[in-house]
Amino acid sequence: MRRVGVFVCWCGSNIAGMVDIEQVKAAAAKMPNVVYVEDNKYTCSEPGQAAIQKAIKEQNLDRVVVAACSPRMHENTFRRTVSGAGLNAYLLEIANIREHCSWVHPDKAAGTKKAVDLVRRAVYKVAKNVPLQRASIDVTKKALVIGGGIAGIQAALDIADAGQPVVIVEKTPSIGGHMAQLDKTFPTLDCSACILTPKMVDAAQNQNITLMTWSEVEKVEGYIGNFTVTIRKKARHIDTTKCTGCGICWSKCPAKLPSEFDLGLGQRKAIYVPFPQAIPNKPVIDEKNCIYFKTGKCKACQIFCPAGAIAFDQKDELIEEKFGAIIVATGYEQWDPSPYGEYGYGRYKDVITGLEFERLVNASGPTEGKIKRPSDGKIPKDVVIIQCVGSRDEAKGIPYCSKTCCMYSAKHAILLDEKIHAHPYVFYMDVRTPGKGYEEFYKRATEEHHATYIRGRVSKVYQKGDKLVCLGEDTLLGKKVAVEADMVILASAMVHQPAASKLAQTLGISYDQNHFYTEAHAKLRPVETNTAGIFLAGACQGPKDIPETVAQASAAASKAIGLLSKAKLETEPLVAQVNEGICSGCLWCKPICPYKAIDGKVIKERIAGGKTIERTVASVNASLCQGCGACTVACRTGAMNVLGFTNEHILAEVDALCL
Amino acid sequence: MSVNEKAAQAAGAATGPSTVAAATPAPEGWEPKIIGFACNWCTYAGADLAGTSRIQYPPNIRVIRVPCSGRINPQFVVRAFQRGADGVLVAGCHPGDCHYSTGNYFARRRYLLATRFIEYLGVEPERLEVRWISGSEGQKFADTVRELTEKIRALGPQRRLRETL
Amino acid sequence: MKYAYYPGCSLHSTATEYEETTRTVCATLGVELAEIPDWNCCGATSAHATNHLLSLALPARDLAKAEQMGLDVVAPCAACYNRMAQTIHETKDNEVLRHKVSQVIGAEYQGTVKAKSLLEVLAADIGPKVVEAKVQKPLKGLKVAAYYGCLLVRPPAVTGWDDAENPQSMERLMTALGAETVDWSHKTECCGASLTISRTDIVAKLTHDILDAAKAAGADAIVCACPMCQANLDGRQGLVEKTYKTQYHLPVFYFTQLMSLAFGKEPYKLGFARHSIDPRELLHSKEIA
Repeated sequence: MRRVGVFVCWCGSNIAGMVDIEQVKAAAAKMPNVVYVEDNKYTCSEPGQAAIQKAIKEQNLDRVVVAACSPRMHENTFRRTVSGAGLNAYLLEIANIREHCSWVHPDKAAGTKKAVDLVRRAVYKVAKNVPLQRASIDVTKKALVIGGGIAGIQAALDIADAGQPVVIVEKTPSIGGHMAQLDKTFPTLDCSACILTPKMVDAAQNQNITLMTWSEVEKVEGYIGNFTVTIRKKARHIDTTKCTGCGICWSKCPAKLPSEFDLGLGQRKAIYVPFPQAIPNKPVIDEKNCIYFKTGKCKACQIFCPAGAIAFDQKDELIEEKFGAIIVATGYEQWDPSPYGEYGYGRYKDVITGLEFERLVNASGPTEGKIKRPSDGKIPKDVVIIQCVGSRDEAKGIPYCSKTCCMYSAKHAILLDEKIHAHPYVFYMDVRTPGKGYEEFYKRATEEHHATYIRGRVSKVYQKGDKLVCLGEDTLLGKKVAVEADMVILASAMVHQPAASKLAQTLGISYDQNHFYTEAHAKLRPVETNTAGIFLAGACQGPKDIPETVAQASAAASKAIGLLSKAKLETEPLVAQVNEGICSGCLWCKPICPYKAIDGKVIKERIAGGKTIERTVASVNASLCQGCGACTVACRTGAMNVLGFTNEHILAEVDALCL
Repeated sequence: MSVNEKAAQAAGAATGPSTVAAATPAPEGWEPKIIGFACNWCTYAGADLAGTSRIQYPPNIRVIRVPCSGRINPQFVVRAFQRGADGVLVAGCHPGDCHYSTGNYFARRRYLLATRFIEYLGVEPERLEVRWISGSEGQKFADTVRELTEKIRALGPQRRLRETL
Repeated sequence: MKYAYYPGCSLHSTATEYEETTRTVCATLGVELAEIPDWNCCGATSAHATNHLLSLALPARDLAKAEQMGLDVVAPCAACYNRMAQTIHETKDNEVLRHKVSQVIGAEYQGTVKAKSLLEVLAADIGPKVVEAKVQKPLKGLKVAAYYGCLLVRPPAVTGWDDAENPQSMERLMTALGAETVDWSHKTECCGASLTISRTDIVAKLTHDILDAAKAAGADAIVCACPMCQANLDGRQGLVEKTYKTQYHLPVFYFTQLMSLAFGKEPYKLGFARHSIDPRELLHSKEIA
């Protein structure tokens, strides 16, 4: 015989107004195992909780049912309450008579009847509850940051400042990311490199930060606090301990290739650093295009290297390391606007993307900051900027707003006027400027820099002589317009990294239909993922500008610091459990488990006649198990159960509700 | 189309009302009794949202919270019918949105079969509804309960598997 | 290769030279044309602006007849092709609409046949290689601007057989004939055909832009695949020249005329005399005809 206490909450008038509390109490008193019933105006309040604790002690209760709001609201509150009174926290059940009853059923009689049923469900279930203990696991005090753009750098710096070691894994030869490609930043027109490079240097010099550039995450195993990550350190073909970054090698290398960093507008060598301020300032050899790797001859770099740092025979290395927390900061990619045939990107040289323009206007770019159009090097006089290229266009598969283009287009308009007195024409759908100082910045573009903003889409861009004619519509005037431009800039959308979904599968996190990573809650848990211990920073979660990215990176870092600062982690005990006695060892549960938490193990058993046999049974790794229960349904013998949601629990609940 | 209807179509069964309908009329004052199995992360949260948004729906449903729709053993559904439930709702996250990444895919497959099994037992398959309702779909939860309640009301009491009358 | 042939009203009236050379080219390349019996107007260019159901029903009746013949349809006229493709596209996944259309035409339309433009059949199904093999008199020195107009390759969801902004099918055919093509900007612009009677001012502007772009690109002539386009660009050239006080004198060929010529057919049989801008002078000067 159990001793169950039922505590019915009024929630002010939220419940009491629509449910007859007295009737519920009277019905509860007659339910099996119930020895005590009480009502409270606000059970979650301090006096309400104290009343539960008092009753547990005075009435010697061994199980508690609280009939109140949703368990998603206060289950943890009341668990703490009962354990405060010396009862195991898992000997509690909640009857949700507010969200599922009083708030949705206007008929008081029917509502009361349902409330009684819901209380009975909880009473039947709680009778089957057993004390459960939370286990604790160790935490590896080291964080992994995937991606070395501004998000990754900021997150790593914050974690390192808090005294925790952190590793940045970056797939390109240098940290810096897209921000290193930008010229000025809105809305202040700070030079991007001037504010980024000090942070890059800080990251390189910080004792707590290890940079792993030209490296990629290959495999992730384990769980919160205990991730085992395999990192592929791609062969750089440079002995970085010897290399001084003097640059002789790349000045002597005869193989010229389009530079990825300059988006093909400039050139690099087969041995190269992507940009002058690169960190580490040590080159890599591009195996695919190196003359030595292709033909077995050349070795110019090796011949001229004063440090003897060239190592042609270097191979990829696989490094396995343990981490307690992971921050994903893999950023975005600029969308290739070729699908807009009408804009002629790829067909006309002087139709360029926003990011390409950043390189054209940048002092360390291919034109040394002189805005010359790619076709003939002429300085453009009239420049058309087309906004929403890709963004907000379901036909192109990008339904969302890329958020940054309105602002960077305004910036481009200002730079065009400031640097070369060119006249910018901006075709827009809407100008979206929600940010501190953003609307003022846009105003500056139109008022001080006389940018002509035309509300409408461009239907066609075509070459006429050495001009690009942009046909479009001014929807405010209801007229067709044709602008003869010298150059066209497409404010192309921000899209996911091409390998975003692959990395998500490696990490076991989810992504949305646009392949941006999904946060645990859109409003309340914006930097966490649904996989405990993995956090998100920057544009890999959705289009973001720099201030927002930095803010999110610091938020993710603080989450990681919080996790790493714990000596031990408590785990939820509501996990799968095997009844080895009836497990047949078929292991059908093994492939169904999304967490790879189930494996077979061999046990020894004495059978009739005193003989000992060996047989295989399922075994659950409680640290990996998340308690979803998929295995229980796959189990043919019923040996698999989820603690807290056992078959017996659920069947008892069904019985209680059908009475 | 609900999963039920799809299941019925997949099975090549007629999609109209089943022929094994109640033989005797419903007793006076009879109200459909519906048991809902809702996953903690989506549908239970959706039902909570219906509550916080004060979206009214018939009081015939009683919800049992489970971690995941992949936890809902068809055995529980049969038990509910045996104990006299007139209808059962099985609901979880939308495919692709499972908190445990794959649980609802298993549920989807299981209930394609379970619906046919229920029909084989002689219970109208319309009495078992499988729906995907997210944590932001309070209105959909309420609508689902309303539709299901009306459907069951039209079918009358479930007597086929009921152990005591 | 056999097709249900839908000539449409133009090819039996204003564009008989297109019809004749279509038959010539198809015979040369082994494409058998079986004319759809008792065909009716496709509804271009006014039906879709006045009655949507009618605009689907008119081509559907012709398509239903082709279904009975068990053949895919080929339509030389871009407007006819576009209306048919549009009908197929709209009714494809819409059983209700298909049923409605069937009721209107009093025959069952199932949506089982495809509609293709003649250009698609010759450029994609037959291909420039086969065409090149049949060339007897290469069109050496002739520089043409391939003009597709607005209906042949757009909208891409409906047509989809060539790039909607910068199609290349006709260029490939012309190159196979030995002609030279120009890269130009206005190959898919509208010529204003449906307004050719009612709003000559608009037609003059649109046609002017196209002729101007072709001339600027250095073309000797325009080659097209639509009787509407040909009628406008050729027939309205005088109006344009008068309005804009300029001289173009750009002959406008059907691509089938140039194919027939290259295949060694007698020039006097190709209907050049029916053109407003007589192309024979140009062809003589290039020593092609």
